Amino acid sequence: MTTITDNAIATPRRAVRDEMIALAVMTALLAVVPLTGVYPFFVMQGLCFALLACAFNLLIGYGGLLSFGHAMFLGTAGYVTAHALKVWGLPPELGIVLGTLAAASLGVLTGLVAIRRQGIYFAMITLALSQLLYFVYLQTPFTHGEDGIQGIPQGHLFGFINLANPNTLYYVILAGFLLGFLVIYRAINSPFGEVLKAIRENEPRAVSLGYKTDHYKLLAYILSATLAGFAGSLKVFVAQNASLTDVHWTMSGEIVLMTLVGGLGTIYGPVVGAFVIIAMQQYLAGFGQWVTVIQGVIFVVCVLTFRRGVIGEIAHYFKRSL
Amino acid sequence: MKNKISALLLGTASLLAFAGFASADDKVVKIGSLSDQSGLYADVGGPGSTLAAQMAVEDSGLLNKGWKIEVISGDHQNKPDIGSNITRQWFDVDKVDVVVDTPNSGVALAVSNIIKEKNGIFLNSGAGSSDLTNAQCSPNTIHWTYDTYMLAHGTGSALTKAGGATWFFLTADYAFGAALERDTTAAVIAGGGKVVGGVKHPLNTSDFSSFLLQAQASKAKVIGLANAGGDTSNAIKQAAEFGIISGGQKLAGLLMFITDVHAIGLPVAQGLNFTETFYWDANDQTRAFSKRFQDRMRNKQVPTMSQAGVYSALTHYFKALDAMGGNSHDGAKIVAKMKEMPTDDPLFGKGSIQPNGRKIHPAYLFEVKKPSESKGPWDYYKLVATIPAEEAFTPLDKSTCPLLKK
Repeated sequence: MTTITDNAIATPRRAVRDEMIALAVMTALLAVVPLTGVYPFFVMQGLCFALLACAFNLLIGYGGLLSFGHAMFLGTAGYVTAHALKVWGLPPELGIVLGTLAAASLGVLTGLVAIRRQGIYFAMITLALSQLLYFVYLQTPFTHGEDGIQGIPQGHLFGFINLANPNTLYYVILAGFLLGFLVIYRAINSPFGEVLKAIRENEPRAVSLGYKTDHYKLLAYILSATLAGFAGSLKVFVAQNASLTDVHWTMSGEIVLMTLVGGLGTIYGPVVGAFVIIAMQQYLAGFGQWVTVIQGVIFVVCVLTFRRGVIGEIAHYFKRSL
Repeated sequence: MKNKISALLLGTASLLAFAGFASADDKVVKIGSLSDQSGLYADVGGPGSTLAAQMAVEDSGLLNKGWKIEVISGDHQNKPDIGSNITRQWFDVDKVDVVVDTPNSGVALAVSNIIKEKNGIFLNSGAGSSDLTNAQCSPNTIHWTYDTYMLAHGTGSALTKAGGATWFFLTADYAFGAALERDTTAAVIAGGGKVVGGVKHPLNTSDFSSFLLQAQASKAKVIGLANAGGDTSNAIKQAAEFGIISGGQKLAGLLMFITDVHAIGLPVAQGLNFTETFYWDANDQTRAFSKRFQDRMRNKQVPTMSQAGVYSALTHYFKALDAMGGNSHDGAKIVAKMKEMPTDDPLFGKGSIQPNGRKIHPAYLFEVKKPSESKGPWDYYKLVATIPAEEAFTPLDKSTCPLLKK
């Protein structure tokens, strides 16, 4: 009766305390970044990808659904936000809302189709849908094909916060990241999250207990899509462009990689994983296209030697949930 | 303990003082060669452009006058977002002063925006889009070697006059292809010709069969290739396999580099017409430079016009810095000085820079030699016509650059 699995270790109270300490440490570390001389642009990019990986992790780590098309939410939100800012001249907050909404609606549409299958079939359907969208974006005039939407004005958030100032932008992005992160944290630690975990562990048993598992899975999928889109909208302000890279399937693969390296099914794992991968891309950029090869090797090493990911292994060692 | 703290404070203070000193006029220059280092434009720019930049530094004579000049390189992989990231980091972290080369107009336009924001200097040699000195011109950008207007008016007009009345375009689907098709269409219509159709292909395509069949079916007299580098040589090779040239249609490689001709081989490339602004075998000075260049290149290629443009642009930049007596790190100011001075270098001869950032020099219409005419490796071109600088590039009164309307 007292079988303990990785995710239900110790008493809930102690787990919550540990997680709160970790949250406080992470927030404090991130808040002082502009004072340390670390390149803020790099950290902002990392934050956007961290939120994206967390959204992805919500789906696979807690719902057991491997989506191989999360780039479509990132890219769609990016394009919509970029277009709203540049062509329609909307203020940043409206741009973000529109981009996130676009990703959410896309989540509803693709979710209704994809959620009907499980495992590899689910992954393949999401991949197919995202590839479909990739070619749509390659051809539609508003995305400007290979060039992408460039030179996007950053504007003033709520009319008075100047996003062109790197430090201001940094704290806005950090706030956005924390907001998304807390939403995910709340979802995981709610009855909804518990049901998701139950579905992940044993779907037929969840069904037999009277849960409509499809509803839960669809809701998790839409929530994940929305947050991934939110990350995509934020990224537009950092990169000041929206391009095909963000909808390409390799991006979907990178999201999986980030989550695996950091630790699947851990709350902080995807954040660490995102920073590891972004740092690799940043500091190994000199190797050009060899970066992909190096990433592949790291992926293999990760799967062979520390399967729980960086945070997963630490949590396992200390028998804590992180 | 106290000693340690005061030593630390002293150290910090002297660092700050040093940083303050570095921001005034100094003699330190950092050059970033941003290019496609491994893809379809790597032979056109790539490592060769970095070498050309290095040679410009060595030949400038500034090193003997106590200047410290460093050249670094980056690979934008033909992606505007990667190019933007590298550029932003170069200016923010690595304190780069000037970015050179940058083929791929999509990347170049993105980079130009960022360099304007950072008040750096962009000496573009590799990209083609004439938008760089028209609608999207910048006080920090000089477009050095060639542009789509020049290609269109050199090759497009010449072929239309020679009887190519109907055209079909095979266009690379990004900023450069669009600009080249637009400018060539204008030149063809001005010459009394007609465009009967066109098809867009993705950048870096390896299979052109479906596009070539459409071009063949159009029965246009000329098939205009509005693409570059690996795409152009692939299209030409495959067109030969489809019997398009023997079927009576003429191919117009609107942008060709000597490395493309080398890749295609004279038997297939012979008879092609195109416009360039530099040929290694033009005179003694270009031959001398090319010999030195070839000796240091790993694949022993001669310089392309892009690579020669990097050398020429940096040579002029160093002259401006020398005249100013130090590097103020104020991009717009240095570019303004460069525009004031007439240009003169061994590779492009005498020329000037227009207020919109367009460097002008004569352009040459070449024809690829027959295999029997070629006397040795890289002896590929014969000169058909020389287009004077004023006619080769967009006339100032037709430029839509906002900088001109003051």
